[in-house]
Amino acid sequence: MPETTAIAEQPSPQPQQTGPVVVFEHVSIAFEDNHVLNDISFSVEPGETRIVLGPAGCGKSVLMKLTNGLIKPDTGSIHVFGEDVTKMRERDLYPLRERVGMVFQESALFDSMTVHDNVAFRMMEEGMPEQEIDRRVLESLRFVELEDAVDKFPSELSGGMRRRVAIARAVVSQPELILYDSPTGGLDPITSTTIIELVMKQRDVSHTTSLVVTHRLQDAFTLATHEYDVQAHAMKPIPNKGIDAKTKFLVLNEGKIVFDGSTQELVHSQDPWLREFLS
Amino acid sequence: MKFTSPEDFVKSSVLAVQEYTLLSARAVTNLFTGPTYWADVYTQADSIGIGSLPIVILTGFFTGCVLALQSATALSNFGAKNITGQLVSLSMVKELGPVLTSLMVSGRNASGMASELGSMQVTEQIDAMRALGTDPIRKLVTPRIVSTVVMLFFLTIISDAIGTLGGAMVSIFMLGLDGPQYFNIAYQTLMYPDVLQGLVKPVFFGFIIASIGCYFGMKTRGGTQGVGKATTQAVVFSSVLIIVVDFLISRTMIGIFGR
Repeated sequence: MPETTAIAEQPSPQPQQTGPVVVFEHVSIAFEDNHVLNDISFSVEPGETRIVLGPAGCGKSVLMKLTNGLIKPDTGSIHVFGEDVTKMRERDLYPLRERVGMVFQESALFDSMTVHDNVAFRMMEEGMPEQEIDRRVLESLRFVELEDAVDKFPSELSGGMRRRVAIARAVVSQPELILYDSPTGGLDPITSTTIIELVMKQRDVSHTTSLVVTHRLQDAFTLATHEYDVQAHAMKPIPNKGIDAKTKFLVLNEGKIVFDGSTQELVHSQDPWLREFLS
Repeated sequence: MKFTSPEDFVKSSVLAVQEYTLLSARAVTNLFTGPTYWADVYTQADSIGIGSLPIVILTGFFTGCVLALQSATALSNFGAKNITGQLVSLSMVKELGPVLTSLMVSGRNASGMASELGSMQVTEQIDAMRALGTDPIRKLVTPRIVSTVVMLFFLTIISDAIGTLGGAMVSIFMLGLDGPQYFNIAYQTLMYPDVLQGLVKPVFFGFIIASIGCYFGMKTRGGTQGVGKATTQAVVFSSVLIIVVDFLISRTMIGIFGR
């Protein structure tokens, strides 16, 4: 299936950002009396895939929305591409968000629009020529192997297909940062593997910086221990039990960071809670 | 059942007024800065204007009918049945046309806007729109306000005309009044301030319907139950606000023009 990697076969854009792409500094946020995130600090380097792990309700999705400026923290600062999103007005955030792709937990596709219009939404807003939009939409849908669904509505798609359309929508404008909010949440294991393969494909071919929220350890370690084979159009284990150096972990529990580091450091951690969480 | 303290109630009410004011202000200022989503304005105008036409015609017609019937009964006690047309046209143009049309459109469209935007809010589609670099107020709220204000203005004119016609039919075929006399009195009695009052009201009412519907839609929380609650609140608040603002406009116009 040579057409499925149309995006993948393009020259890989090199990360242009020199400093960290995302920097959280002492970020805290509470909803009424519920302290969701408490003094969170970490950074994501260009080209890095940062997997955010943690039990349900520990603030992972809130962290993603904070990164994209969709909500503001109570204290602390968040820098994305060097700009402090906590101090920016909503209208100033829109140009910044053009550099960021986001995959929502439940896909968040516009249900009154077709798959084509969902994927093309940003380009239509930018006033791009129709032919160019069609070409890029088809290219993006080939990337997620869903080009046949171009005229369908989201209600006609399965959960996994919707998630793939959401990925196509996020990557169509070739963003420099992609935020995946539980891309495999609520999906069966086979479909989850397909989604993780797409995340990996974007990581290994386009080298896009990404934040991946998940509560599935299996998905997280698949990303850390596998790589995408462009020739075979499939993921494969990194030879000699290797680990992807650009994939790092951030583990949250009860709104606090309990781990920030590489895969090796994570599996060798002596923290009792972390060992129990990973077991 | 959890009771809200008076302090919390006042705070949340003030916050709601502040949020509503900010949303309305942003929706209006969007009109003076680009881009404007004209395609969305036309789509909403079709849905709100053409879609509401049947209920507006039916309401206007039967309101005119019943107005003629009740007025004639009262006026005949004073031997003034012939001026039924005057009462029907004045009541329809100044009050009943704008208010009843607005209440009908509110029931149909404020609820529709609240449920549509509310569903988008709870399924994160509004956040997705923001994440894709599009201002949801500019894309969703401003076109709804523009099209409701414009279409309610014309719907009110239609309602006034149909109501006067309904009154004429009752007057002529049931009360035995003279047709040309009815229309002549109905026309002659209307003065410039009356028409102005009748046309100023739908502009305000249209704004209330769309802004309240969109406000409750945009602040929806809590899944499908939240959508239902937002829909109910939108209809209740917009309907009550229409009646209150109707009184205020009437008082102001009477104060200015003396009738």
